[in-house]
Amino acid sequence: MSSIGTGYDLSASQFSPDGRVFQVEYAQKAVENSGTVIGLRGKDGVVFAVEKLVTSKLYEAGANRRLFNIDKHVGMAVSGLLADAKQIVETARIEASNYRAQCGSNIPLKFLNERVSMYMHAYTLYSAIRPFGCSVILGSYEDDGPSMYMIDPSGVSYGYLGCAVGKAKQAAKTEIEKLKLQDMTCQELVKEAARIIYLVHDELKDKTFELELSWVGAVTNGLHQRVPDSVFAEAEKSAKAAMEDDSDSDTEEM
Amino acid sequence: MDLIERNNRFLPDYHTGPKQAYFSPYADNGGSIVAIAGEYYAIIGCDTRLSSGFSIYTREQSKLFPLSKTTILGCSGCWCDTLSLTRALVARLKMYLHEHHKQMSTPAVAQMLSTMLYYKRFFPYYISNILAGLDVDGKGCVYSYDPIGHCERGTYRAGGSAGALLQPLLDNQIGLKNMENVSKEPIPLERALAVLKDVFISAAERDIYTGDSIYINIITKDGIKEEKFVLRKD
Amino acid sequence: MAFHAMGDKYTAAPFWQNGPVPGAFYKFPDVNRNPDVTFSQRSQTPITTATSVLGIVYNGGVAIAADILGSYGSLARFRDCPRVMKVNENIILGAGGDYADFQYLKDIIEQKIIDEECLDDGFTLKPKSLYCWLTRVLYNRRSRFDPFWNNFIVGGIQDGQPFLGTVDKLGTAFEDKHIATGYGAYMALPLLRDAVAAKGDIGLTRDEAKALLVRCLEILFYRDARSFPKYHISTVDIADGVIVEGPLQLQGYE
Repeated sequence: MSSIGTGYDLSASQFSPDGRVFQVEYAQKAVENSGTVIGLRGKDGVVFAVEKLVTSKLYEAGANRRLFNIDKHVGMAVSGLLADAKQIVETARIEASNYRAQCGSNIPLKFLNERVSMYMHAYTLYSAIRPFGCSVILGSYEDDGPSMYMIDPSGVSYGYLGCAVGKAKQAAKTEIEKLKLQDMTCQELVKEAARIIYLVHDELKDKTFELELSWVGAVTNGLHQRVPDSVFAEAEKSAKAAMEDDSDSDTEEM
Repeated sequence: MDLIERNNRFLPDYHTGPKQAYFSPYADNGGSIVAIAGEYYAIIGCDTRLSSGFSIYTREQSKLFPLSKTTILGCSGCWCDTLSLTRALVARLKMYLHEHHKQMSTPAVAQMLSTMLYYKRFFPYYISNILAGLDVDGKGCVYSYDPIGHCERGTYRAGGSAGALLQPLLDNQIGLKNMENVSKEPIPLERALAVLKDVFISAAERDIYTGDSIYINIITKDGIKEEKFVLRKD
Repeated sequence: MAFHAMGDKYTAAPFWQNGPVPGAFYKFPDVNRNPDVTFSQRSQTPITTATSVLGIVYNGGVAIAADILGSYGSLARFRDCPRVMKVNENIILGAGGDYADFQYLKDIIEQKIIDEECLDDGFTLKPKSLYCWLTRVLYNRRSRFDPFWNNFIVGGIQDGQPFLGTVDKLGTAFEDKHIATGYGAYMALPLLRDAVAAKGDIGLTRDEAKALLVRCLEILFYRDARSFPKYHISTVDIADGVIVEGPLQLQGYE
């Protein structure tokens, strides 16, 4: 790496001579080591799916969740360092609660995204602190339809139709691009999301993982919720079936 | 207006001047407590009426607070202060238990209660407290307090809205004051219970803040026994 | 000490010791003019008020009812002030007294519920917890001489048992099978007590309880000049959860 040994990578408050902030880039590396997280925005809602890598058999099932409620109507999926992410979650919750106290209504996702982005960006400006080692995806379903934003450790954020972060983000993005997202309902998206997570999971490098699914949309009356058990089971089943088909066709070709 | 002023009477319904609702942080929620201690027991009773002015809030409110296996506190007066004080007390007792791995003795609770009351000397808990229990030697004891923490140990006490009504009766019947030719023997438990019920019946006749029913707790070395006894409800 | 200038009968008091100082205002003895230690008065009076709230326990549930009038002194000013609220799936709350104070606490309670839902750990606020919390909040405010001028009635289901409790502006709190605040304490409570006593151990059904509360509201409307013929009635049941109905109209007073 070009940054190592140059001394410009020790602080987030200094540029390198070619105009980069290495601390931020390292933070992005931390995100790339994490399990894959995808967000899909369809015509009537947003669906999140997480490949949560389980690093020990001793963990309880369902521990260390990566999908969070921010407010009744906002969900957040996080990838990267979980402890860092939880601080973002907490900040986002406080912002949503402040907005509600001041304005008496749900915070529009556009505003929440702005506030959380500013917060994350502030951590890229000073020498005494390090940037957040995580990327977060925010999603909600409001009067004017679904919206989804992804914020990166640098504090940059964009609105997305479909996005992916983590280990297999390239493979996941390729899969997402094949979908006609704007024509799809949440029910359809849940199956696709589960399938993509199963597809991009690398069995050789990471043994076990747990699938997490949540959604916010017309189907939940605009509330961000964990996908119901029945829907989850069905999505997981069809994802596994798709994997079987895939491996069958692979062997045929050989 | 003219008419009212000429008559020089104050008619609240026709009063047109500014009205002031003033705030008092205290309420008198009534209730009476009686405690009697004997050689090897202590009993404490309370009525179950919670009231304010001429209305009865509830007929089923115990005013006894078991603090340990050998200590019971009875409170009457301002109910919101009672709730706060007893909650703080229970918390302090739990802290003591965890710190010393034993229950606080009744005399220690008595002293702590005094300290806690005096801590609020200039914004007092408006409560008449009576603490009954067994001391470290297993003897019955009764501690009584004023709202700001004055504390006295004795063997019998009446407190609360009918306190002044009942104390002279207890002086005579339990303290055997102004009696001639009586042997000053310790009062047996049965006699104490009978007197306690009788005095509450008397109180319910005269005091509108005492009535409905009474709870009696009997503390002996074998534990605490509870009794309920019905009073008049008007 | 021997040469102490004052308080010594052999030595004269200093000349002009309390007189005007050139260029300064005259300072009267023993008058504290430091504004930091003057008195402040915070004790408010209620402004827009709501009248009685009624609550009753029936077989397997609790019912709470209250009208929707916001009085401005004796003026019937606001005619749509709902004050029976659903807190969560097993708590209902009715409020009387100052309407602004109620709305303020309502916002806080609603945010508490959102915070709790965000945690998504399967635990929810219980009626006794809310009741106890209200006791502490109201007692704290009364101790600061800045009370919340309210009567609250909390109803709910806890451990399969109906719960009904009330808290007033001092923090005075108690539980009972039947509770009525304000004028209701004089006019409705005896009726509620009679009805419950008449049923004995059998208890009331939900419909009986609701009819009884409506009857009490009607009687209050006869005599309480701050009451109104439109009301909300809410029940919380072991069987059916929370139901809030209203605004309903007292029959014959359209």
